[in-house]
Amino acid sequence: MLASLNARATLVSALILFAFLLAWHMGVQGSKAVAPMDPEYAKLMGLTATQGKSAMPGPIDVGLKIWEHLNQPFYDRGPNDKGVGIQLAFSLGRVLLGYFLAVLIALPVGFLIGMSPLMNRALDPFIQVMKPISPLAWMPLALYTIKDSAISAIFVIFICSIWPMMINTAFGVSAVRKEWLNVARTLEVTPLRKAFTIILPAAAPTILTGMRISIGIAWLVIVAAEMLVGGTGIGYFVWNEWNNLSITNVIVAILLIGVVGMILDQTLARVARIVTYPE
Amino acid sequence: MSNKFISIEGIARHYPKPGGGRTTIFEDLWFSMPRGDFCCIIGHSGCGKTTVLNTLAGLELPDEGVNVVDGRAIEGPSLDRAVIFQGHSLLPWRTVLGNVAYAVSSKWRDWSREKVNAHAMRFIELVGLKGNELKKPSELSGGMKQRVGIARALSIEPKILLMDEPFSALDALTRGSLQDEVRRICTDTGQTAFMITHDVDEAIYLADRIILMTNGPGAMIAEVVENPLSRDRRRIDLHKSADYYPLRNHLIDFLVTRSKTFADELPAGYDKKRPPVVRPCAEPPVPPGDARKVA
Ligand SMILES: Nc1ncnc2c1ncn2[C@@H]1O[C@H](COP(=O)(O)OP(=O)(O)O)[C@@H](O)[C@H]1O
Ligand SMILES: [Mg+2]
Repeated sequence: MLASLNARATLVSALILFAFLLAWHMGVQGSKAVAPMDPEYAKLMGLTATQGKSAMPGPIDVGLKIWEHLNQPFYDRGPNDKGVGIQLAFSLGRVLLGYFLAVLIALPVGFLIGMSPLMNRALDPFIQVMKPISPLAWMPLALYTIKDSAISAIFVIFICSIWPMMINTAFGVSAVRKEWLNVARTLEVTPLRKAFTIILPAAAPTILTGMRISIGIAWLVIVAAEMLVGGTGIGYFVWNEWNNLSITNVIVAILLIGVVGMILDQTLARVARIVTYPE
Repeated sequence: MSNKFISIEGIARHYPKPGGGRTTIFEDLWFSMPRGDFCCIIGHSGCGKTTVLNTLAGLELPDEGVNVVDGRAIEGPSLDRAVIFQGHSLLPWRTVLGNVAYAVSSKWRDWSREKVNAHAMRFIELVGLKGNELKKPSELSGGMKQRVGIARALSIEPKILLMDEPFSALDALTRGSLQDEVRRICTDTGQTAFMITHDVDEAIYLADRIILMTNGPGAMIAEVVENPLSRDRRRIDLHKSADYYPLRNHLIDFLVTRSKTFADELPAGYDKKRPPVVRPCAEPPVPPGDARKVA
């Protein structure tokens, strides 16, 4: 009874998982009794009709499929049959590229907005209008102007990750405590040194929060973008497997998307913890 | 002109009123102090003490008039003038050593890291924080944080030390020991210091001269009080000095009544450029034989 909260939470998590898997397993069993039918017809209909098996795969099917994918994640048998590892790598590559381009623009511009009340007011209407636009709405425009579907997907990631980072950077920079800036002033610190030694560390936790929101949005958007654009990537994989009616593969992909998203988020959370300072 | 190391010459500060017009916090303020002097300014909250100190620091400029230090007008902040802020204002993401070293490397930009750290350590030891240099400010008590602030200010070896109620947030014991520390350092090194306080005993212990500021708006320097206590006074037996109570009563009387009424009942011959200098002392002891004559 005196087990730590962590241990008890882990136990409850395991129980919930077990109950869920069990319910899932029972749910897809289907009725056993099937009326006898013509063998030719049965062949055409497949197991679903002949054995009363549900079209929905059970946890065991999914588990086996995951095992299969994990054993050879990187095989490549043509455009419509690539290992799930390759597809994830494509998606990650696009997200990271678009995201880092967004970082390169959002942080300096956010700094500028945060430091200058004039630029803050001048750019505010643009940001307010651009921010609520669904990134996918940019897709046709991107495809039309860029004419390259892969780069268009990267552009969509770029445009959706830039706003939270820019807004948070601007806010963090403008909210740096006056007394820390006064310390820099009385020490005659040069503007560049002030930016890197006072403003950046002071605003870092807020900036990291924005970066964390952005990577989450980017990872949400890439799946949809790749469904539209096609070719490669985990989003395309999901769509392709749906067309193949391989629900097992769709479920595997959904799980993997969740796990990778979590890893991205936790990585930034760890960086955020490093730059956070207690007051 | 060694008796005018710091010279406040007719400065004024106004703020716009919410409904239009402007409020004059103070105007035509004159005061000067010699090198090596320790001055305290006392007055009620909101009378403009911080504003005066900020103009001396160069953090804000007066709307009229000028502050002159060592023959040069103040045009902005300078490494010659170190400020100890009311809040400790340490950078929380840096260690104690990091905070002091930041100041040191700002002053001597070509110094090597070892030299900067060694110099910073000297001042960390001076304020009695040796062994804590790798702690972050959040791991320190309020008194220790203020010590780091003092070490940081002293480490750049400023010509002037400016302090805005540096000890007001501390408990009485800590405050006392930090006052001892500051007095020791300032008398040992001949540090010129300008300090805001609202603690009368703190002013009596630390200051050579105490500036009395009337209530705002339109605050004035009512008088400059010379401290009659001996230079080797000690905090714990201040009250044993015969001059202590006359001085203390004079200051309290000012804070309680005269700070409000002074502007309405200006003494004859009051000159803003030369505020009266007073030196409250005990009456010279009357020899026993002459007792009758006094009555
Ligand atoms: N930015 C400002 N805008 C308007 N009034 C201000 C501003 N800063 C200070 N004041 C006013 O100036 C007066 C003096 O302030 P301050 O120098 O901080 O007083 P003190 O340090 O003596 O308590 C106060 O009455 C305050 O309301
Ligand atoms: Mg003040």
